[in-house]
Amino acid sequence: MNWITKMFSSSLGQKLIMAITGLFLVTFLIVHCTLNSLIFLNDGGVTFNTGAQFMATNPVIRIVEVVLFIGLILHVIKALLITLNNNKSRPVKYAAYDGKANSKWYSRSMGILGSLLLIFLVIHLSHFWIGTKAAQFNGTISNHNTYLELKEVFESPMNVLIYLLGVISLGYHLMHGFQSAFQTLGINHKKYTPFIKSFGNVFSILISFIFAMMPIAMHFDIIK
Amino acid sequence: MVYYFKTYNHNQYKKLNIMSGNMNINLKVWRQKNGKSQGKLVDYKVENVSPDMSFLEMFDVLNDRLINEGKDEPIAFDHDCREGICGSCSMYINGRPHGPNQGVTTCQLHMRSFKDNDTIVVEPWRSAAFPVIKDLATNRSAFDRIIASGGFISINTGNAQDANNLPIAKDNADDSFAAAACIGCGACVAACKNSSAMLFVSAKVSQLALLPQGAPERATRVLNMVAQMDAEGFGSCTNTGACEAECPKQISLTNIARLNREYYKAQLFSNEG
Repeated sequence: MNWITKMFSSSLGQKLIMAITGLFLVTFLIVHCTLNSLIFLNDGGVTFNTGAQFMATNPVIRIVEVVLFIGLILHVIKALLITLNNNKSRPVKYAAYDGKANSKWYSRSMGILGSLLLIFLVIHLSHFWIGTKAAQFNGTISNHNTYLELKEVFESPMNVLIYLLGVISLGYHLMHGFQSAFQTLGINHKKYTPFIKSFGNVFSILISFIFAMMPIAMHFDIIK
Repeated sequence: MVYYFKTYNHNQYKKLNIMSGNMNINLKVWRQKNGKSQGKLVDYKVENVSPDMSFLEMFDVLNDRLINEGKDEPIAFDHDCREGICGSCSMYINGRPHGPNQGVTTCQLHMRSFKDNDTIVVEPWRSAAFPVIKDLATNRSAFDRIIASGGFISINTGNAQDANNLPIAKDNADDSFAAAACIGCGACVAACKNSSAMLFVSAKVSQLALLPQGAPERATRVLNMVAQMDAEGFGSCTNTGACEAECPKQISLTNIARLNREYYKAQLFSNEG
Protein backbone atom coordinates (compact mmCIF):
# COMPACT_ATOMS: atom_id res chain seq x y z
CA MET A 1 0.00 0.00 0.00
CA ASN A 2 1.37 3.40 -0.80
CA TRP A 3 1.14 6.24 1.67
CA ILE A 4 -1.96 7.83 0.22
CA THR A 5 -4.12 4.69 0.39
CA LYS A 6 -2.70 3.99 3.83
CA MET A 7 -3.60 7.48 4.96
CA PHE A 8 -7.17 7.46 3.69
CA SER A 9 -7.91 3.93 4.88
CA SER A 10 -6.77 4.69 8.44
CA SER A 11 -9.43 5.74 10.93
CA LEU A 12 -7.97 9.26 10.96
CA GLY A 13 -7.86 9.55 7.18
CA GLN A 14 -11.47 8.40 6.86
CA LYS A 15 -12.51 11.06 9.33
CA LEU A 16 -10.51 13.59 7.32
CA ILE A 17 -12.68 12.77 4.31
CA MET A 18 -15.79 13.25 6.47
CA ALA A 19 -14.53 16.64 7.67
CA ILE A 20 -13.52 17.98 4.24
CA THR A 21 -16.69 16.80 2.46
CA GLY A 22 -18.78 18.01 5.40
CA LEU A 23 -17.35 21.52 5.26
CA PHE A 24 -17.69 21.51 1.48
CA LEU A 25 -21.38 20.65 1.83
CA VAL A 26 -21.70 23.55 4.28
CA THR A 27 -20.51 25.97 1.58
CA PHE A 28 -23.23 24.58 -0.68
CA LEU A 29 -25.81 25.15 2.05
CA ILE A 30 -24.78 28.80 2.27
CA VAL A 31 -25.25 29.30 -1.48
CA HIS A 32 -28.52 27.36 -1.47
CA CYS A 33 -29.89 29.28 1.49
CA THR A 34 -28.85 32.69 0.13
CA LEU A 35 -30.42 32.05 -3.25
CA ASN A 36 -33.64 30.67 -1.81
CA SER A 37 -33.92 33.64 0.52
CA LEU A 38 -34.72 35.68 -2.59
CA ILE A 39 -38.33 34.45 -2.17
CA PHE A 40 -38.53 36.71 0.90
CA LEU A 41 -38.28 39.74 -1.43
CA ASN A 42 -41.96 38.93 -1.97
CA ASP A 43 -41.94 40.01 -5.62
CA GLY A 44 -43.92 37.02 -6.86
CA GLY A 45 -40.73 35.06 -7.36
CA VAL A 46 -39.28 37.22 -10.18
CA THR A 47 -35.81 37.65 -8.64
CA PHE A 48 -35.86 34.11 -7.26
CA ASN A 49 -36.64 32.63 -10.68
CA THR A 50 -33.84 34.67 -12.26
CA GLY A 51 -31.46 33.15 -9.73
CA ALA A 52 -32.85 29.65 -10.29
CA GLN A 53 -32.49 30.12 -14.06
CA PHE A 54 -28.86 31.13 -13.61
CA MET A 55 -28.17 28.09 -11.46
CA ALA A 56 -29.92 25.77 -13.93
CA THR A 57 -28.17 27.11 -17.06
CA ASN A 58 -24.68 28.33 -16.08
CA PRO A 59 -22.05 25.82 -17.32
CA VAL A 60 -19.76 26.43 -14.32
CA ILE A 61 -22.59 25.58 -11.96
CA ARG A 62 -23.16 22.34 -13.97
CA ILE A 63 -19.59 21.26 -13.15
CA VAL A 64 -19.92 22.37 -9.51
CA GLU A 65 -23.11 20.31 -9.33
CA VAL A 66 -21.18 17.17 -10.26
CA VAL A 67 -18.49 17.93 -7.66
CA LEU A 68 -21.24 18.53 -5.12
CA PHE A 69 -22.76 15.10 -5.79
CA ILE A 70 -19.36 13.44 -5.51
CA GLY A 71 -18.84 15.22 -2.17
CA LEU A 72 -22.26 14.17 -0.93
CA ILE A 73 -21.81 10.54 -1.99
CA LEU A 74 -18.35 10.38 -0.39
CA HIS A 75 -19.75 11.86 2.83
CA VAL A 76 -22.60 9.32 2.92
CA ILE A 77 -20.59 6.24 1.98
CA LYS A 78 -17.70 7.07 4.30
CA ALA A 79 -20.19 7.70 7.12
CA LEU A 80 -21.80 4.32 6.47
CA LEU A 81 -18.45 2.47 6.44
CA ILE A 82 -17.18 4.24 9.57
CA THR A 83 -20.45 3.57 11.41
CA LEU A 84 -20.41 -0.12 10.48
CA ASN A 85 -16.84 -0.38 11.76
CA ASN A 86 -17.69 1.55 14.94
CA ASN A 87 -20.59 -0.80 15.66
CA LYS A 88 -18.18 -3.74 15.54
CA SER A 89 -15.91 -2.13 18.13
CA ARG A 90 -18.34 -2.82 20.99
CA PRO A 91 -19.95 -6.27 20.49
CA VAL A 92 -21.44 -6.44 24.01
CA LYS A 93 -23.41 -3.32 24.88
CA TYR A 94 -23.68 -1.78 28.33
CA ALA A 95 -26.71 -2.71 30.45
CA ALA A 96 -26.66 0.77 31.98
CA TYR A 97 -25.47 3.63 29.78
CA ASP A 98 -25.54 7.28 30.86
CA GLY A 99 -24.51 9.07 27.67
CA LYS A 100 -26.09 12.39 28.60
CA ALA A 101 -23.69 12.67 31.55
CA ASN A 102 -20.70 13.19 29.27
CA SER A 103 -21.85 14.27 25.80
CA LYS A 104 -24.61 15.98 23.84
CA TRP A 105 -27.29 13.69 22.40
CA TYR A 106 -26.89 15.06 18.87
CA SER A 107 -23.13 14.41 18.90
CA ARG A 108 -23.93 10.76 19.60
CA SER A 109 -26.69 10.66 16.96
CA MET A 110 -24.87 11.93 13.86
CA GLY A 111 -25.63 8.68 12.03
CA ILE A 112 -29.36 8.84 12.74
CA LEU A 113 -29.54 12.57 11.97
CA GLY A 114 -27.58 11.98 8.77
CA SER A 115 -29.90 9.15 7.73
CA LEU A 116 -32.94 11.36 8.33
CA LEU A 117 -31.25 14.05 6.23
CA LEU A 118 -30.60 11.57 3.44
CA ILE A 119 -34.25 10.46 3.40
CA PHE A 120 -35.27 14.11 3.39
CA LEU A 121 -32.83 14.81 0.58
CA VAL A 122 -34.37 12.09 -1.61
CA ILE A 123 -37.84 13.59 -1.06
CA HIS A 124 -36.48 17.10 -1.61
CA LEU A 125 -34.75 16.16 -4.88
CA SER A 126 -37.89 14.41 -6.12
CA HIS A 127 -39.82 17.63 -5.44
CA PHE A 128 -37.52 20.09 -7.21
CA TRP A 129 -34.34 18.71 -8.72
CA ILE A 130 -35.95 16.07 -10.95
CA GLY A 131 -38.33 18.65 -12.45
CA THR A 132 -35.45 21.02 -13.23
CA LYS A 133 -33.34 18.19 -14.68
CA ALA A 134 -36.23 17.10 -16.92
CA ALA A 135 -36.64 20.68 -18.13
CA GLN A 136 -32.90 20.91 -18.82
CA PHE A 137 -33.04 17.82 -21.00
CA ASN A 138 -36.27 18.81 -22.75
CA GLY A 139 -34.87 22.25 -23.50
CA THR A 140 -37.80 23.88 -21.69
CA ILE A 141 -35.61 25.25 -18.90
CA SER A 142 -36.16 28.88 -19.96
CA ASN A 143 -39.89 28.45 -19.22
CA HIS A 144 -39.32 26.54 -16.00
CA ASN A 145 -41.00 28.30 -13.05
CA THR A 146 -39.34 27.03 -9.87
CA TYR A 147 -41.25 29.53 -7.77
CA LEU A 148 -44.55 28.01 -8.88
CA GLU A 149 -43.18 24.57 -8.00
CA LEU A 150 -42.39 25.81 -4.49
CA LYS A 151 -45.93 27.15 -4.13
CA GLU A 152 -47.43 23.83 -5.19
CA VAL A 153 -45.24 21.65 -2.99
CA PHE A 154 -45.78 23.76 0.12
CA GLU A 155 -49.55 23.83 -0.29
CA SER A 156 -49.56 20.39 1.34
CA PRO A 157 -49.25 20.55 5.15
CA MET A 158 -47.63 17.11 5.01
CA ASN A 159 -44.80 18.47 2.88
CA VAL A 160 -44.35 21.44 5.22
CA LEU A 161 -44.01 18.99 8.11
CA ILE A 162 -41.47 16.87 6.21
CA TYR A 163 -39.41 19.99 5.44
CA LEU A 164 -39.53 21.15 9.03
CA LEU A 165 -38.31 17.76 10.27
CA GLY A 166 -35.64 17.90 7.57
CA VAL A 167 -34.28 21.28 8.66
CA ILE A 168 -34.39 20.34 12.36
CA SER A 169 -32.23 17.29 11.55
CA LEU A 170 -29.96 19.56 9.55
CA GLY A 171 -29.62 22.03 12.43
CA TYR A 172 -28.58 19.40 14.96
CA HIS A 173 -26.34 17.62 12.44
CA LEU A 174 -24.52 20.89 11.77
CA MET A 175 -24.38 21.89 15.40
CA HIS A 176 -22.07 18.97 16.07
CA GLY A 177 -20.66 18.51 12.58
CA PHE A 178 -19.36 22.05 12.06
CA GLN A 179 -17.09 22.25 15.08
CA SER A 180 -16.27 18.53 14.88
CA ALA A 181 -14.88 19.00 11.36
CA PHE A 182 -12.34 21.54 12.62
CA GLN A 183 -11.28 19.23 15.44
CA THR A 184 -10.77 16.41 12.92
CA LEU A 185 -8.71 18.74 10.73
CA GLY A 186 -6.51 19.30 13.78
CA ILE A 187 -7.63 22.90 14.17
CA ASN A 188 -8.10 23.33 17.89
CA HIS A 189 -6.56 26.15 19.86
CA LYS A 190 -7.76 28.24 22.75
CA LYS A 191 -7.27 31.32 20.56
CA TYR A 192 -10.09 30.48 18.15
CA THR A 193 -11.85 27.20 19.09
CA PRO A 194 -14.38 28.99 21.32
CA PHE A 195 -15.20 31.19 18.31
CA ILE A 196 -15.53 28.18 15.97
CA LYS A 197 -17.90 26.52 18.44
CA SER A 198 -20.12 29.59 18.92
CA PHE A 199 -20.05 30.40 15.21
CA GLY A 200 -21.05 26.81 14.43
CA ASN A 201 -23.98 26.97 16.82
CA VAL A 202 -25.22 30.35 15.54
CA PHE A 203 -24.75 29.25 11.94
CA SER A 204 -26.64 25.98 12.49
CA ILE A 205 -29.57 27.66 14.18
CA LEU A 206 -29.69 30.54 11.71
CA ILE A 207 -29.54 28.44 8.54
CA SER A 208 -32.18 25.99 9.83
CA PHE A 209 -34.38 28.91 10.86
CA ILE A 210 -34.15 30.57 7.43
CA PHE A 211 -34.80 27.26 5.66
CA ALA A 212 -37.73 26.53 8.02
CA MET A 213 -39.33 29.91 7.28
CA MET A 214 -39.54 29.08 3.56
CA PRO A 215 -42.22 26.33 3.66
CA ILE A 216 -44.01 28.13 6.51
CA ALA A 217 -44.14 31.47 4.69
CA MET A 218 -45.25 29.75 1.48
CA HIS A 219 -47.87 27.58 3.15
CA PHE A 220 -49.51 30.39 5.07
CA ASP A 221 -49.32 32.73 2.07
CA ILE A 222 -47.12 35.22 3.89
CA ILE A 223 -45.25 35.26 0.57
CA LYS A 224 -47.56 35.68 -2.36
CA MET B 1 -1.75 16.96 79.12
CA VAL B 2 -5.01 18.46 78.01
CA TYR B 3 -7.18 16.89 75.37
CA TYR B 4 -9.80 18.86 73.59
CA PHE B 5 -12.82 17.02 72.26
CA LYS B 6 -15.16 18.73 69.94
CA THR B 7 -18.62 17.28 70.17
CA TYR B 8 -21.08 17.40 67.32
CA ASN B 9 -24.82 17.08 67.40
CA HIS B 10 -26.66 15.01 64.78
CA ASN B 11 -27.15 17.85 62.29
CA GLN B 12 -23.53 18.90 62.50
CA TYR B 13 -22.55 15.31 61.80
CA LYS B 14 -24.73 15.32 58.69
CA LYS B 15 -23.07 18.55 57.54
CA LEU B 16 -19.63 17.04 58.08
CA ASN B 17 -20.76 14.03 56.08
CA ILE B 18 -18.63 11.70 58.16
CA MET B 19 -20.12 8.73 59.94
CA SER B 20 -23.51 10.12 59.01
CA GLY B 21 -24.90 6.61 59.17
CA ASN B 22 -23.98 3.50 57.25
CA MET B 23 -25.85 2.53 54.12
CA ASN B 24 -27.33 -0.46 52.40
CA ILE B 25 -26.36 -0.77 48.75
CA ASN B 26 -27.99 -2.93 46.07
CA LEU B 27 -25.43 -4.01 43.51
CA LYS B 28 -25.95 -5.46 40.06
CA VAL B 29 -22.56 -6.82 39.11
CA TRP B 30 -21.48 -8.37 35.80
CA ARG B 31 -20.36 -11.95 36.47
CA GLN B 32 -18.61 -13.91 33.75
CA LYS B 33 -16.54 -17.04 34.36
CA ASN B 34 -14.08 -16.43 31.52
CA GLY B 35 -13.71 -14.83 28.11
CA LYS B 36 -15.62 -17.60 26.37
CA SER B 37 -18.62 -17.98 28.65
CA GLN B 38 -21.78 -15.90 28.68
CA GLY B 39 -22.02 -13.36 31.45
CA LYS B 40 -24.95 -11.85 33.29
CA LEU B 41 -25.76 -9.23 35.90
CA VAL B 42 -26.10 -10.72 39.40
CA ASP B 43 -27.79 -8.95 42.32
CA TYR B 44 -25.94 -8.50 45.63
CA LYS B 45 -27.03 -6.63 48.72
CA VAL B 46 -24.19 -5.06 50.69
CA GLU B 47 -25.27 -3.97 54.16
CA ASN B 48 -23.78 -1.55 56.64
CA VAL B 49 -21.54 0.20 54.11
CA SER B 50 -19.60 3.11 55.58
CA PRO B 51 -19.88 6.28 53.49
CA ASP B 52 -16.13 6.69 53.96
CA MET B 53 -15.33 3.42 52.19
CA SER B 54 -13.97 3.63 48.70
CA PHE B 55 -15.92 1.86 46.00
CA LEU B 56 -13.25 -0.85 45.89
CA GLU B 57 -13.35 -1.30 49.68
CA MET B 58 -17.06 -1.92 49.39
CA PHE B 59 -16.20 -4.68 46.90
CA ASP B 60 -13.58 -6.05 49.34
CA VAL B 61 -16.28 -6.32 52.00
CA LEU B 62 -18.59 -8.09 49.57
CA ASN B 63 -15.80 -10.44 48.44
CA ASP B 64 -14.93 -11.25 52.06
CA ARG B 65 -18.52 -12.26 52.62
CA LEU B 66 -18.65 -14.31 49.40
CA ILE B 67 -15.47 -16.18 50.41
CA ASN B 68 -16.79 -16.85 53.93
CA GLU B 69 -20.15 -18.04 52.66
CA GLY B 70 -18.35 -20.31 50.19
CA LYS B 71 -21.32 -20.41 47.81
CA ASP B 72 -20.11 -17.97 45.19
CA GLU B 73 -16.65 -17.17 43.87
CA PRO B 74 -15.37 -13.70 44.80
CA ILE B 75 -15.82 -11.02 42.14
CA ALA B 76 -12.71 -10.48 40.02
CA PHE B 77 -11.74 -6.84 39.49
CA ASP B 78 -8.49 -5.04 38.68
CA HIS B 79 -6.86 -2.82 41.30
CA ASP B 80 -3.37 -1.97 42.41
CA CYS B 81 -2.25 1.35 43.91
CA ARG B 82 -5.69 2.49 45.11
CA GLU B 83 -4.57 6.11 44.96
CA GLY B 84 -5.51 6.99 41.42
CA ILE B 85 -2.16 6.71 39.65
CA CYS B 86 -1.78 3.12 38.42
CA GLY B 87 -4.74 3.00 36.06
CA SER B 88 -5.73 -0.54 37.07
CA CYS B 89 -9.19 -0.06 38.49
CA SER B 90 -11.74 -0.06 35.75
CA MET B 91 -15.37 -0.27 36.74
CA TYR B 92 -18.21 1.04 34.61
CA ILE B 93 -20.57 2.32 37.29
CA ASN B 94 -24.19 3.26 36.55
CA GLY B 95 -23.42 3.91 32.90
CA ARG B 96 -20.17 5.86 33.42
CA PRO B 97 -16.52 4.79 33.67
CA HIS B 98 -15.17 5.35 37.21
CA GLY B 99 -18.65 6.36 38.38
CA PRO B 100 -20.43 9.67 38.80
CA ASN B 101 -17.60 11.97 39.94
CA GLN B 102 -15.27 13.91 37.66
CA GLY B 103 -11.51 13.56 37.67
CA VAL B 104 -11.31 10.44 39.84
CA THR B 105 -10.66 6.76 39.34
CA THR B 106 -12.89 4.04 40.83
CA CYS B 107 -10.55 3.64 43.82
CA GLN B 108 -10.94 7.36 44.60
CA LEU B 109 -14.73 7.15 44.44
CA HIS B 110 -16.27 6.99 47.89
CA MET B 111 -19.58 5.56 48.97
CA ARG B 112 -20.66 9.02 50.20
CA SER B 113 -21.27 9.76 46.51
CA PHE B 114 -24.23 7.36 46.75
CA LYS B 115 -27.39 7.29 48.81
CA ASP B 116 -28.78 4.67 51.16
CA ASN B 117 -30.59 1.90 49.23
CA ASP B 118 -29.19 3.00 45.88
CA THR B 119 -29.02 0.39 43.14
CA ILE B 120 -25.64 0.48 41.39
CA VAL B 121 -24.95 -1.35 38.13
CA VAL B 122 -21.28 -2.33 37.76
CA GLU B 123 -19.96 -3.58 34.43
CA PRO B 124 -16.54 -4.13 32.89
CA TRP B 125 -15.14 -1.81 30.17
CA ARG B 126 -16.89 -2.79 26.95
CA SER B 127 -14.78 -2.89 23.82
CA ALA B 128 -13.82 -5.49 21.24
CA ALA B 129 -10.22 -4.47 21.97
CA PHE B 130 -10.65 -5.07 25.73
CA PRO B 131 -11.95 -8.65 26.03
CA VAL B 132 -13.31 -9.70 29.43
CA ILE B 133 -10.97 -12.01 31.35
CA LYS B 134 -13.31 -12.61 34.25
CA ASP B 135 -16.17 -10.62 35.81
CA LEU B 136 -15.03 -6.99 35.84
CA ALA B 137 -11.43 -7.60 34.76
CA THR B 138 -10.60 -6.94 31.12
CA ASN B 139 -7.48 -7.50 29.08
CA ARG B 140 -6.14 -4.04 28.23
CA SER B 141 -2.90 -5.22 26.64
CA ALA B 142 -4.06 -3.54 23.40
CA PHE B 143 -2.80 -0.32 25.05
CA ASP B 144 0.55 -1.94 25.77
CA ARG B 145 0.90 -2.98 22.14
CA ILE B 146 0.11 0.58 21.02
CA ILE B 147 2.85 1.91 23.33
CA ALA B 148 5.25 -0.79 22.11
CA SER B 149 4.61 0.29 18.52
CA GLY B 150 6.06 3.77 19.10
CA GLY B 151 5.14 5.40 22.39
CA PHE B 152 8.74 5.73 23.54
CA ILE B 153 12.01 7.48 22.72
CA SER B 154 15.15 5.57 21.77
CA ILE B 155 18.01 7.19 23.65
CA ASN B 156 21.13 6.03 25.40
CA THR B 157 20.70 6.33 29.10
CA GLY B 158 23.49 7.79 31.15
CA ASN B 159 24.04 10.72 33.38
CA ALA B 160 21.38 13.37 33.11
CA GLN B 161 22.75 16.32 31.22
CA ASP B 162 22.43 19.88 32.43
CA ALA B 163 18.78 20.88 32.07
CA ASN B 164 19.74 24.22 30.52
CA ASN B 165 21.38 22.45 27.59
CA LEU B 166 17.93 21.61 26.29
CA PRO B 167 15.69 24.65 26.32
CA ILE B 168 11.98 23.79 26.34
CA ALA B 169 9.25 26.43 26.16
CA LYS B 170 7.20 26.62 29.33
CA ASP B 171 3.90 26.13 27.45
CA ASN B 172 5.20 23.01 25.72
CA ALA B 173 6.53 21.58 28.97
CA ASP B 174 3.16 22.22 30.63
CA ASP B 175 1.14 20.69 27.79
CA SER B 176 3.47 17.70 27.62
CA PHE B 177 3.18 17.20 31.36
CA ALA B 178 -0.61 17.42 31.23
CA ALA B 179 -0.68 14.79 28.46
CA ALA B 180 1.74 12.60 30.42
CA ALA B 181 -0.76 12.50 33.28
CA CYS B 182 -2.63 9.79 31.32
CA ILE B 183 -2.58 6.60 33.39
CA GLY B 184 -3.80 4.38 30.55
CA CYS B 185 -6.85 3.15 32.45
CA GLY B 186 -9.03 2.97 29.34
CA ALA B 187 -11.93 5.06 30.65
CA CYS B 188 -11.83 7.02 27.36
CA VAL B 189 -12.46 3.81 25.42
CA ALA B 190 -15.17 2.73 27.87
CA ALA B 191 -16.93 6.10 27.65
CA CYS B 192 -16.75 6.52 23.88
CA LYS B 193 -19.80 5.37 21.96
CA ASN B 194 -17.41 3.91 19.36
CA SER B 195 -14.93 2.65 21.98
CA SER B 196 -12.28 4.77 20.30
CA ALA B 197 -8.80 4.95 21.82
CA MET B 198 -8.05 8.39 20.36
CA LEU B 199 -7.70 10.22 23.69
CA PHE B 200 -5.22 7.65 25.00
CA VAL B 201 -3.17 7.57 21.79
CA SER B 202 -3.29 11.37 21.48
CA ALA B 203 -1.96 11.79 25.03
CA LYS B 204 0.87 9.35 24.39
CA VAL B 205 1.77 10.97 21.06
CA SER B 206 1.48 14.51 22.46
CA GLN B 207 3.66 14.05 25.53
CA LEU B 208 6.61 13.23 23.25
CA ALA B 209 5.74 15.38 20.23
CA LEU B 210 5.90 18.48 22.44
CA LEU B 211 9.43 17.79 23.64
CA PRO B 212 12.76 17.94 21.76
CA GLN B 213 13.57 14.40 22.92
CA GLY B 214 10.57 13.12 20.97
CA ALA B 215 11.49 14.88 17.73
CA PRO B 216 13.72 12.28 15.98
CA GLU B 217 11.00 9.60 16.00
CA ARG B 218 8.09 11.99 15.69
CA ALA B 219 6.76 10.80 12.32
CA THR B 220 7.29 7.05 12.74
CA ARG B 221 5.80 7.21 16.22
CA VAL B 222 2.46 8.66 15.20
CA LEU B 223 2.18 6.50 12.07
CA ASN B 224 2.93 3.27 13.92
CA MET B 225 0.75 4.06 16.90
CA VAL B 226 -2.25 4.96 14.74
CA ALA B 227 -1.77 1.81 12.65
CA GLN B 228 -1.61 -0.30 15.82
CA MET B 229 -4.67 1.47 17.26
CA ASP B 230 -6.66 0.63 14.12
CA ALA B 231 -5.39 -2.97 14.10
CA GLU B 232 -6.55 -3.50 17.68
CA GLY B 233 -10.17 -2.93 16.66
CA PHE B 234 -10.92 0.37 18.39
CA GLY B 235 -13.57 2.51 16.72
CA SER B 236 -12.99 5.95 15.26
CA CYS B 237 -13.48 9.34 16.89
CA THR B 238 -16.82 11.21 16.60
CA ASN B 239 -15.58 14.14 18.72
CA THR B 240 -18.45 13.76 21.19
CA GLY B 241 -16.10 14.73 24.02
CA ALA B 242 -17.27 11.87 26.26
CA CYS B 243 -13.66 10.71 26.78
CA GLU B 244 -12.48 14.09 28.03
CA ALA B 245 -15.49 14.38 30.35
CA GLU B 246 -14.87 10.95 31.90
CA CYS B 247 -11.05 10.91 31.96
CA PRO B 248 -9.87 10.63 35.57
CA LYS B 249 -6.80 12.70 34.62
CA GLN B 250 -8.88 15.17 32.56
CA ILE B 251 -6.76 14.77 29.45
CA SER B 252 -7.88 17.47 27.01
CA LEU B 253 -9.45 17.03 23.56
CA THR B 254 -6.81 19.41 22.19
CA ASN B 255 -4.52 16.37 22.28
CA ILE B 256 -6.79 14.61 19.78
CA ALA B 257 -6.54 17.61 17.45
CA ARG B 258 -2.76 17.45 17.87
CA LEU B 259 -2.79 13.72 17.07
CA ASN B 260 -4.72 14.49 13.88
CA ARG B 261 -2.19 17.20 12.95
CA GLU B 262 0.78 14.98 13.76
CA TYR B 263 -0.67 12.18 11.67
CA TYR B 264 -1.41 14.29 8.58
CA LYS B 265 1.99 15.99 8.90
CA ALA B 266 3.76 12.63 9.10
CA GLN B 267 1.86 11.31 6.09
CA LEU B 268 2.25 14.43 3.97
CA PHE B 269 5.65 15.84 4.88
CA SER B 270 7.84 12.99 6.11
CA ASN B 271 9.58 10.21 4.24
CA GLU B 272 7.84 7.66 6.47
CA GLY B 273 4.60 5.86 5.72
